[in-house]
Amino acid sequence: MSPDLEQEPRRRGGRLVLLLPLAVFGLVGAAFFWGLLNNNSPLPSPLIGKPVPEFTLPPIEGRDDGLSSADLRGQVSLVNVWASWCVPCRAENPLMVELSKTGEVPIYGINYKDKAGEALAFLDELGDPFTRIGADLSGRVAIDWGVYGIPETFVIDAAGRVAYKHVGPFNRQILEEDILPVVRKLQREAGQ
Amino acid sequence: MSRLALILMLLLAPFAALAVQPDEVLDNPVLESRARDISQKMRCPVCQGESIDESNAGVSRDLRLYIRERLVAGDSDAEVVDAVVDRFGEFVLFDPPMRGINLLLWFAAPVAALLGLILAFVFLRGRSRAASSIRDLNEAERARLDEIMHE
Repeated sequence: MSPDLEQEPRRRGGRLVLLLPLAVFGLVGAAFFWGLLNNNSPLPSPLIGKPVPEFTLPPIEGRDDGLSSADLRGQVSLVNVWASWCVPCRAENPLMVELSKTGEVPIYGINYKDKAGEALAFLDELGDPFTRIGADLSGRVAIDWGVYGIPETFVIDAAGRVAYKHVGPFNRQILEEDILPVVRKLQREAGQ
Repeated sequence: MSRLALILMLLLAPFAALAVQPDEVLDNPVLESRARDISQKMRCPVCQGESIDESNAGVSRDLRLYIRERLVAGDSDAEVVDAVVDRFGEFVLFDPPMRGINLLLWFAAPVAALLGLILAFVFLRGRSRAASSIRDLNEAERARLDEIMHE
């Protein structure tokens, strides 16, 4: 009987080693499960740090502004890609109107695949926060900007480079904590 | 049985419909097949499990048209792929290129399998060694073992 007792501690160590694969599996499984439930991270944009794509967009029919890449140089600005048919765009519009009234940063709009009448009605109803708007009827300029889910909001630095991109609608918290700090930092750097 | 198969086939036919719209298809069959090849390798940025070739999302249609436009303009397949990657990122490729951090993606699974095989081999060899040590018992131990086995 005594030899068995002597072997007992070593065997117990061996048993624990056998549990190791199970433990590793459990950890990896937990990590995957967490990833599955938290898979809402936006795709990183390869445009960050690069100059905005060259483009010239006509105004929404009935307006006389339009937007081109030249408008985005010389000051820090926001570019918001929106459409009247985009429901989340309605949600973030009041925040942009509020921001535009402070005069803190100019907001430029790219009106994405929209009908002129409906786009103008949207602005009449909710307010127009945009310094200039270009109408991207074909969605071709949006491809150059890597836009895949509107609304999308870009922060452009004073040299006309893309500094930050937010995919999807922003709320007050995202605006105050993510977007505006980037704007203010760039404005300080540009001496604005 | 064959009637059932026919009915099923007809019922399922609409689901096999192509996302590629007739107005997108190029007249030049060589360019069109190149365009199809490229779009099958590209992930739709919105509906991330589908290729842009089979996705009905608006951005997929735009990308299909964009790819065809560039091919017609004389771009090579690689130039077209690079142009889309420059805009949307490496994420749009179903096969991420074998460089940088992606190497981890490509080789983690084979390396893990290899490690598993080595561990299994070492473990099994150790066990068969342990089993063979029964043969090295002396007379007294053998007798004791018999006694235990026949209890």
